[in-house]
Order: sequence, then structure tokens, then C-alpha cells
Amino acid sequence: MTQAAPLIRLEGVTKRFGPLLANDAVSLSFYEGEVLALLGENGAGKSTLSKILFGMVKIDEGQMFVSGQPVRFRSPADAIAHGVGFVSQHFSLVPTFTVAENVVLGREGSAVLTRGKLERRVGNLSERFGLGLEPGQLVGELSVGEQQRVEILKALCGRCRLLILDEPTAVLTPQDTARFFGVLRTLQEQGVSVVIITHKLGEVMAISQRVAVLRLGRLVGERVTHETSEAELAHLMVGRDTAQVTRPARSAPATAPTKVTPLLRVADLHYSDRGRTRIGGVSFDLHAGEVVGIAGVAGNGQSELVAVLTGMLKPDAGVVALSGEQVADFTPNTFLARGVGRIPEDRFRGIVGELSVAENLLLEQLSSFTRAGHLDRRALKRKAETMITAYGIKARPNDRARTLSGGNVQKIILARALARDPKVVIAAQPTRGLDVGATAYVQGKLLEQAARGAGVLLVSDDLDEILRLSDRILVMFRGGLSGSFSAGEADADTLGLRMAGRAEPEEAHVPA
Amino acid sequence: MFRLERAPAPLWQRALVPVLAVLVTFILVSLVILGTGVDPLAVFREVLFEPLTSRSDRLEVLVQATPLLLTGVAVAVAFRGGYYNIGAEGQLYTGALAAALVGPRLGGVPAALSVAVMLAAGFFGGALWALTPALLKIRLKVDEVVTTLLLNSVMLFLISALLNGPWRDPVSGWPRSPAIAASAQFPGIIPRSRVHLGLLVALLAVALLGWVLRRTRFGLELRAVGLGADAARFMGVRVRRVVLISALVSGGVAGLAGVGEVAGVHTYLIGELSPGYGYTGIIVATFGGLSAPGILISGLFLALIDTGTLSASRTLGVPVYLGDVLEATLLLVTLAFLLLNRYRLRWAVKRPVG
Repeated sequence: MTQAAPLIRLEGVTKRFGPLLANDAVSLSFYEGEVLALLGENGAGKSTLSKILFGMVKIDEGQMFVSGQPVRFRSPADAIAHGVGFVSQHFSLVPTFTVAENVVLGREGSAVLTRGKLERRVGNLSERFGLGLEPGQLVGELSVGEQQRVEILKALCGRCRLLILDEPTAVLTPQDTARFFGVLRTLQEQGVSVVIITHKLGEVMAISQRVAVLRLGRLVGERVTHETSEAELAHLMVGRDTAQVTRPARSAPATAPTKVTPLLRVADLHYSDRGRTRIGGVSFDLHAGEVVGIAGVAGNGQSELVAVLTGMLKPDAGVVALSGEQVADFTPNTFLARGVGRIPEDRFRGIVGELSVAENLLLEQLSSFTRAGHLDRRALKRKAETMITAYGIKARPNDRARTLSGGNVQKIILARALARDPKVVIAAQPTRGLDVGATAYVQGKLLEQAARGAGVLLVSDDLDEILRLSDRILVMFRGGLSGSFSAGEADADTLGLRMAGRAEPEEAHVPA
Repeated sequence: MFRLERAPAPLWQRALVPVLAVLVTFILVSLVILGTGVDPLAVFREVLFEPLTSRSDRLEVLVQATPLLLTGVAVAVAFRGGYYNIGAEGQLYTGALAAALVGPRLGGVPAALSVAVMLAAGFFGGALWALTPALLKIRLKVDEVVTTLLLNSVMLFLISALLNGPWRDPVSGWPRSPAIAASAQFPGIIPRSRVHLGLLVALLAVALLGWVLRRTRFGLELRAVGLGADAARFMGVRVRRVVLISALVSGGVAGLAGVGEVAGVHTYLIGELSPGYGYTGIIVATFGGLSAPGILISGLFLALIDTGTLSASRTLGVPVYLGDVLEATLLLVTLAFLLLNRYRLRWAVKRPVG
């Protein structure tokens, strides 16, 4: 391992948010020319640590050194001045400006900008780091992967020596990810110290030289990447051994799907918002006992599709039919009454935080607890208690829902959605942001539903999850379906091409 | 030193809020009173304790509390559903107008039936006045704060036009409506006092509010809509219907307050029927935490302030508007304290580094 003096060193860094200990005496060094992976589950303290490095969060206790000198960042401007760059998941780019203009925005000292000179400088920089960007191109015309490289270029232009990348691959297709890794290697050769924040083990193994694992705010392990394994890292991250949930090996459904009425049929669905097409002619069937996965890069119409299929949005045109019966009235009640269990994309919009756990569990089926308008509170509480036990929710019926962790909130939603044995389950991003244990639990429950004979529609940005659970995989791209695969024939690469809207591998843009 | 943390306040801190709010309010208002050259402590003694010492003043507090409890309930019903009805004043007058229209025609009708008709007419009137803003809200998302507030003036001017036009007493020239029939007048419920049937109606309304919020499906749905309309809709609550019903019930209950003043106090409609009971209802509801027991306490408390200010102005010569200043300050301080409830007060010890 690098024996040189570290570029940046943290010593005993502690940060509290109220009673929460976000970082607990973390000591960690960052070296030039090294890719360090900061690994941990949600809430482990990765984000806080990176925000400390970038001056967005102030340290409660401990000390930070840049090139051996103690420093105290008061703002991101301080951090930038000390050579720290930060690329967040959410880009801050002006789409109507060119690449060069975006890169120098807010950085250039001189009042007069010479376009030619500017573009040459940015072009040189892009070439030096192998970013392959055209300085004169409008950012709005670029793909997500290219936009990310513009963000990296912005950081590099600030003469950064330590580059922090927050979940950089979340928005990328597998092909874009490969390209992105290429960029990281170039950065490394040029002596930049790179920190990538992630919870994907595969990426850690592929790109980093060193791994730092955080759990509950504490640094629980530091490993040289080629001396460790995914299993060991997972163990460190979660604190126990974990098993992944995978769909059972199954032969094709016994009955020919064309003969029977599908549980859910979507035909030529259209929806546009303020002139922009969000769903443009989507059609598919969902049969009993089947998990259909909808893959795609976030923002290609999946959210709108889920909103339509949960009754939150009325489509402009097209047919949605449940067990052959067409839906006329797009309200949540229609879908509830027809036996659709629904897991919303944003779980915190699926509960009312100020109401109790019991009320949130049973608000969908109050009719069963109401007589002449009077609510049978005791029956409600009893029912809630059985659901809490059945789904292992760590809460009491009268606790306010907002005091629960994300995993327990998701269990409330899961329990509510599955309580009345739905015929169709619409599961949108069911495991987003959950820890490994809760993820396995939710995925297991979804497979259980399919085994029971329900049809499960799984919409997820997590390609891995789609691949492991689905019998059939559809890919959404710019509001339409760009591919349909059965479980056996799909892999991350083929799906990735479709997610980028490319039909055939031959047409694919081969990374340089 | 003390430190504020963004975490829900513990129960003891929540319980402390009304007490602290009252304390801070009185400290702030003391400054105003000092400006008038009177001893603030004497004023507060007069306002808060003097009315409790005599039977007639104690009962007068109950008369004052009658419309305040009703407007408090009215406002709470709407606020609970996240519908900010600022129009209780106008809805109160609409209810009073309905009572003044129906009342004179009830001669010869049995008293029980007359009273029932008066209440129904007032409820219907208040609900009708609340209907337009509610529909504008749920159909076109027009901000109800603006519409309900502006409609207050519309109703006041409408009534003023009626009183100074067709209803003006031809003999005396007084701007007031024809008197309601004797059978339509609310009977007194406590001998030798002005306390009338309206108080029972108000207490019933408070009790019903508590029951609806805690024990009925509608109450749960109402709270769900108020606390998270999107999530409530996702869970199958018919949000627009809930908002419409709560807006109409709110208007109707405010209308009952108007009926009480016409049928229980004046026996006719006048332009100065309400010294702002509709607006004070907002304070009653907010200070009472939008809950039934809270509204009962805050309604009585504000009625005490109203009654006490009157006697203070008589004996100490402070302006009667002091009551308004007190109540308005109480609202602002309560709101500030409610905001504080989202935080937790903690004793932070500076730990040594290392």
C-alpha cells in the first residue's frame, strides 16, 4: 500500500445530529493516485463523512489534515480551495449552456470570456483525463453518463486533488459504468485521489484499491481490495452473514398465457405532462404466478406508469384491465377494490407520519372496522397487532409512523398492500434505500406472492434486483418499452443496451 | 447551555406550551398597558380573577363562551382537514341572517320545533356561505384563506344593506331585523342569567367534535387528509369529499353561533351582533390545539378575558380594545410556541476534544 504521506487525513472525526451519532471517531487517510471505496449501508455515515470532507458539515470533534497541515473547512469554498472536489448524484448543470460554459461557470476570474480560448482549455482538460467531451456541445444534448463526466470535469477544473463521487453509478447503464470506470483509472494515473461512495460490492471489487467500511457511524474495517472478498465486505457492512433472495427455478407456467385472461393488461397506454410524453404507448400483460420486472434508467416513465397503475394518475389514452375488466375510474379506490396491492415509489408518501402505525396499516380497509360511522378502535388495534407480528414490524400499534426507520415503514406498506391477498401487486422501488436484511425480507415476500398465484409487477432501478426476481423483464426507455426478455435470456449487458435505447449490440457505442 | 434539536418535543414540553404562551402573552401585553399608565398586575387581576368572584359575572362568561365554543369547533373541524377556513365570521352572520329570516315566521309553532327549525336554518345558512370557497378549493385549487376571508366582508355589507334598507324599523329608524317569534327564542337554562340554550348546543358540538375525531371513520380520514393529503389519497381516502364535508360542517357550526346570538341574546339581527367571534374562534381552536378538551378550556378562557376586559375598562379605565390585543397576542405567541414544539430543548454539555 501507499507509504507516502496522505493527501488528507481525518483523525477521530465525530459528528452528531441530535441523538444520532453520524460519525463516531473516524480516522481515515486518503492518498494520491488511489481509488478508495467508502462502503456502508444507508445511514452508516458515508454521506456525512463525504460532506465533512467537502466542508458542507462541520466536525464536532476530531481533526482534519491536508498535506499534514491541520485545517477546518467552513464551507465548500474552503474545501475547493484545498483541492477537494465533489460530484453529487444530482447534477447541477445548465442544459442550455455548452460543456465549456458549464465547466467554468462560477469559477472564471476574468470578466471577459473568450470562447475559443475557453473551449481549448476545457478541451485539453477533457482530453488529459480521457473524458471524451466536446467542449462546444450543449449539455442538454448529452446523455446522463456524459453529463456526469461534465460534473467531473467541473471538479477537475477547480484543480482538485481529491475527488469525491457520491453513488456515481446509480444513474448509469452498465455500459456507461464501464466507461466511467475507465475515467476513474485515468484520474488515478494522473495522481488524483478518488473516493467513491457506494453500497454496491461488485463496483468496489472492480475499481477500488482500498475499501473503508462504515457501520452505524463507525469505521468497522479497512481492507486492501485485492486481499478481501465480497463476502467479507458484506459481513463487515451488515455485521452478520446474509443470503440473497433469488427467484426459484421454474419451468414456464403450465397454462399457455395467451389462452387465459391476464390479471393485469395494459394496452397502448399514453400519458403526457405539459407537452412532454411520459408514457408513449406501453402495452404488456401480467399473469398469475408471474413476476414481471420493469427495468430502466430512472426518469424514463416508470414513475408515471406506477402512478397510473396505483390510481394516482389518469392516463390520456389506453386501456388498463384487471382480470379482463377495464378500469374506467382511475382512483386508488378502484384499484383497491379490484384487489391490487400497491407499494409506492416513495414510501414516505405512502404513510401519514403523524398518524399511528395501526392507523397507517388499516386506513385502506376502514370499512371492515366501521359500523354506522363508528370506528371499532379495539378491533383496529387487535388487527394491527397481528399484522405487526406477522411482518416483524418493530413498533407498537400506537407509535407514530414517522418515528420508524425506513425498513419498518416499508414493512407497514408491505403489510398493508399484502394484507388482503391481492391478485396483483404493484411494487415500485420496493427495496430502495433499505439495508440488506430488510431488502431480503421484502424480496422474499414479493416472491411469496407470486408463488401464491398473484401477479407481481416489479418496477426497480436496481438491475440486479430485477434480474434476480423477475420471470419476464421489460425495459422502459423514454416512455416506451424498448425490450422484453424472459428470465433466462437477459443479462445486465443486454438490458443495459436497451436501457440506453439501443436495440442491437452492433449499434452500440463502443467505449474508447 | 441550552440547545435546540430538531426532534419532536416530549409530552411534558407540549403540555407546558399553553401555560408558557399565556405567561409570555401577559408579559408582552404588560408593556402596552404600562404605556397607558396603569399597573399591569391590577389589570390582569381585574381581567382574570374579578369575573370569577361574582355569580353574575361567572354566568356572563358562559354567555360569552357560547359563540366562542361554536366558532372554535367550526374552525377546528376545517383546520383538522388542512382547510384553512378564516370565514367563520361571515358564516356566523349568514347563520344569523337565516335565523332572522325564519324566526319571525314561527309564531304559533311549538317551541321545540321552532328551535329545531332555527338551528337547522342557521346551520344550512352557514354551510351555504362556506360552499363556494370549498368548491373553488377542491375544483380549481383556489386558496381558501383568501376566499373565505373576503366573503366575510361581503356578508357583513349584505346584512348592513338589509338592515339599513328593507329591514330598517319604520317607527324607530333602528337598523335591525324584525323580532323573531317568542317560540323561536332560545329558553334560558340558568335562572336569573342570560345563559341560554345555545350553551348546551355549544357543549354538544364540542363533545361531538371529540367523538368524531377519535371514534369515527370520518374523523380518522379527516386527520389523515390534514396531515398528509397525498398519502391519504394513496390509501383510498376520498380527499376532495372529506375536504368538502369538513368545510360545510365548519360553516354550519359557525352558523349555529349566529343563531345563538339572534335567538338567545338579541331576538333580532343587528349589524354589531358579533364583535369578531368568528376570528376569535381561530384563536380558540389554535390555542386549544384543535382538540375538543382544548377548545373547551380555551373557549372559556377567552370568554373570561372578554368579560374581564369589560369590567377592567369600567373600573380601571383601560380601553376595551385591550381584550383584542390580549387575544391576538395570545394567537401569535401560541403559533410561535407550536413551531417550537418541533424542537426539543436539551442541556448540552461541551465535551473536551479527544
